[in-house]
Amino acid sequence: MRRYFGRKIVVYLSTFFLAVTIDWAIPRFMPGNPILNLLTRVAGRPETVQHMYNYYSRIFGLDVPVWKQYINFWIALFHGDLGTSVLMFPQKVSAIIMRAVPYDIFLLVPAILLSFYAGNKFGAFAARTKWLDNTILPLGYMLTATPYMWLGILLAWSLGIVAGIFPIAGAYGFNLQPSLSWVFILSLLEHWFLPFVSLFLVYFGGWAIGMRNMIIYELEADYSHYLEALGAPRSLVRKYAYRNAILPQITGLALQLGVVVAGALVTEVVFSYPGIGYWILQAIQNQDYFLIQGCFLFIIIMVLVANFIIDIVYVIVDPRTRLGMVGGSA
Amino acid sequence: MSLQTKNLRVYYQTLRGDVKALDGVTFNIKDGEIMGLAGESGCGKTTLANSIIYLTPPMKYIDGSVELDGEELPIWDMDSMNTFRYKKVSIIPQYAMNAMNPTRKIGKMTEELLVSKRVSYKKTRSELERRLDLVELKNDILGMYPIELSGGMKQRMVLVLSTLLNPSLLIADEITSALDVSTQKAVAEMLVEFRNRKIVKSMIVITHDISILYQIADSILVMYAGKLAEKASTDAIVHSPMHPYTRLLISSLPKVGVKYSEKKLTGIKGNTPLLLNPPIGCRFRDRCPVAFDKCMEEPPFVEIEKDHFVACWRERDRNA
Amino acid sequence: MTEQINIQKSEKIDKVPVIKPKKINEFIYFALRNNKLKIGLGVVLFFILLAIIGPLFTKYDWNAYIGPMSQAPSREFWFGTTTFGQDVYTQFVLGLRAAFLVGIIGGGLGTFIGIIIGFVAGYRGGIVDEVLNILTNVVLVIPTFALLLIIAAYLKVRGIMIESVFIGLTAWPWAARAIRAQTFSLRSRDFVDMARMSGMKPLKIIFTEIAPNMMSYLLMTFILQFGGAILIAATLDFIGLGPTNTISLGLMMNYAVMWGALQFGNWWWFVPPGFAIMAIVGSLYIMNVGLDEVFNPKLREM
Repeated sequence: MRRYFGRKIVVYLSTFFLAVTIDWAIPRFMPGNPILNLLTRVAGRPETVQHMYNYYSRIFGLDVPVWKQYINFWIALFHGDLGTSVLMFPQKVSAIIMRAVPYDIFLLVPAILLSFYAGNKFGAFAARTKWLDNTILPLGYMLTATPYMWLGILLAWSLGIVAGIFPIAGAYGFNLQPSLSWVFILSLLEHWFLPFVSLFLVYFGGWAIGMRNMIIYELEADYSHYLEALGAPRSLVRKYAYRNAILPQITGLALQLGVVVAGALVTEVVFSYPGIGYWILQAIQNQDYFLIQGCFLFIIIMVLVANFIIDIVYVIVDPRTRLGMVGGSA
Repeated sequence: MSLQTKNLRVYYQTLRGDVKALDGVTFNIKDGEIMGLAGESGCGKTTLANSIIYLTPPMKYIDGSVELDGEELPIWDMDSMNTFRYKKVSIIPQYAMNAMNPTRKIGKMTEELLVSKRVSYKKTRSELERRLDLVELKNDILGMYPIELSGGMKQRMVLVLSTLLNPSLLIADEITSALDVSTQKAVAEMLVEFRNRKIVKSMIVITHDISILYQIADSILVMYAGKLAEKASTDAIVHSPMHPYTRLLISSLPKVGVKYSEKKLTGIKGNTPLLLNPPIGCRFRDRCPVAFDKCMEEPPFVEIEKDHFVACWRERDRNA
Repeated sequence: MTEQINIQKSEKIDKVPVIKPKKINEFIYFALRNNKLKIGLGVVLFFILLAIIGPLFTKYDWNAYIGPMSQAPSREFWFGTTTFGQDVYTQFVLGLRAAFLVGIIGGGLGTFIGIIIGFVAGYRGGIVDEVLNILTNVVLVIPTFALLLIIAAYLKVRGIMIESVFIGLTAWPWAARAIRAQTFSLRSRDFVDMARMSGMKPLKIIFTEIAPNMMSYLLMTFILQFGGAILIAATLDFIGLGPTNTISLGLMMNYAVMWGALQFGNWWWFVPPGFAIMAIVGSLYIMNVGLDEVFNPKLREM
């Protein structure tokens, strides 16, 4: 067991190191000077501009040699400092991220969990009869092949504009301030609904398909045949097949939850929903490379952490993995 | 009579047509009899086993009846067979090594299986432990996962599991094929023990290893290409077989102490016929050294001597 | 016990017929009977046809302002016009061409790299496998946007080719993982051991022993990469990181949203491109399931 995790940790750490390095290098490879970009907003006399240039250079840590910048980057990372944003100057990148993450969680976690539950149930249904399979299979594949943004656009247009039921931009009404009032919460939910549905539907397709394939595989397994030969009722066979089929699905679920903080980029763009995805697009369009760098770094770290936790969880949940490591049976 | 099979016909549905895997099989097994079922791969042994207990697609029931303890088994109806399965007729499958759910502890699985068949686990628990002793397995096996067991242990566990409700008929399908010789002996002896203690009334032991049958079977049924060739007591089959196929089969067994240079080991020339379009008449005639023109007509499976059935014109004519 | 009797085979005993179809014919036989394969392939072929001959029916440039603005589909403009008065039909069929191009080049490249890395890692194992694993993980974890941003910043003018190559270079990890797993299971088979013991060079073993047995799997992996490339391209195009000198389905949706098609109700601008993607990629997936059934006897229905 120790060797297994030891190896895993080495792999994760080396991946982390490489990823952070590449991430640090991004703004350095960009053409143009981010500070000059910032300064174009400020008109002024050459001396003032020069003075501000030096000031900003210090703020962004660009006044030291490159290798030192690299070290500073790591130090800042361990302090939780992901730099300063150019677009939203003088806000810190970490502050922007922290404001955006709750929206992502609010949007994605219910979508993922509900679609997991519903999708797997439907997928398991499909394996019961051929008729069900012939309807659920194409539906599932079509849903999972649907581009997120298109579904979002369709929903925004049909239910948002044509039917006028739901709003199509922002996290809450523009005229409202965050508070614990019913008006605000209702507005929050209204704005949440369409992006939620568009994500839910596509995820649902993916889970249904995955589960359908897994269940068919399990129902064809020897232990299923043995139970049937001994006359066990269908419900027991299905229960065992379901439990065994869900295990690999759980890995997928954990992975998806792990990347919740990466946001749902195109969906947030379509609905102007202020999650990380939305901010990444803003950063791209405004050439705020520090914001991009910070967001990516945040996402990378979360993904690696999530993967690692999944590895641990899987060992606990599936006895085969656990025993396989100790050299199992004879 | 424990088991009576009359003219059982079961075909496999394939896209190219029906494979006549079991084509009119009639035989009886008495109470307490261990019948060996022998034959080459593809002759229909496992089909016969599955027909009696687990007739699923692509198998298709065509004709015939199976009676166990006087009751007809509705083998064509998957649902109504459930009342008979496990309690009246049970099976140790060919894939016994993989027959247990890998993610469930063995004890938990047993409990859930029994409960689903409306049998109280609590009441059966002590008997279960006694059976485990019988097959030399420790009680703590119930708290283990199948992956923790060796092949022989899994085989024995499935043996206990399949016979837990004292079925009248136990079908053991190639249960010794994947084991080493000493474990083979142990498992074979356990089968006999189960019969002697009346845990199981009668057995069909399927194997292509006649030497095992010689040790434990009371009678042997030889199959060829979906039809029965010969059925007789073990002694008669081994020492005085009548059907040409059986004779060639027995003679192709290696004998202890005989060197290859002194007496060549002969097999049987040729291949078994494909059962998509089986040959007319006796299915063995292509490879039979004594085939003659009457063999174009299918020989009936008749009792030549007391409890000795053969399907061969030569033998029938000889003893007519 | 046995008597050696001379075989009197003077009588003509008819031979039992032997059915031995060739392996390729067997696949075609089942392929023709598989509904999923037929329908999926049919839809994909329809769109390919549309992509090839569709542009022949239009005389307009996708960018040109040739008609009245925001007009619904009519006999003159089959798919209507955009907010600026461009022909949506032209954009659509040219976008289809772009989509298939991305699929072939991006998907093909991704499969190719995935095959090389997957085979080598799966066959060699050991240190080679570990190193390739780390490489795969890094490429997986790095958000592809990061690299694309750099490219986009330097290359103000980009075409479909660059996008396809980029997608191929970043989407291969999925293929590599799958192929590696398959190679692992195949390499411990007996026939491979025989080849190894007879002194065959590893590269030769991979190509003559392992690859042919994985042909079906490689084909299915390619189809998945193809569909995946189309979806990725659509996303990249939508957020403005796509090609700048041509039109694509994702770009159509990008422009539509940017220029108020939603508010004006110009559904003909954004519904067809997304629908086409869904239909093509979905049919590819379904076709894949059909192929799996054709290649894998256990899955075949009666």
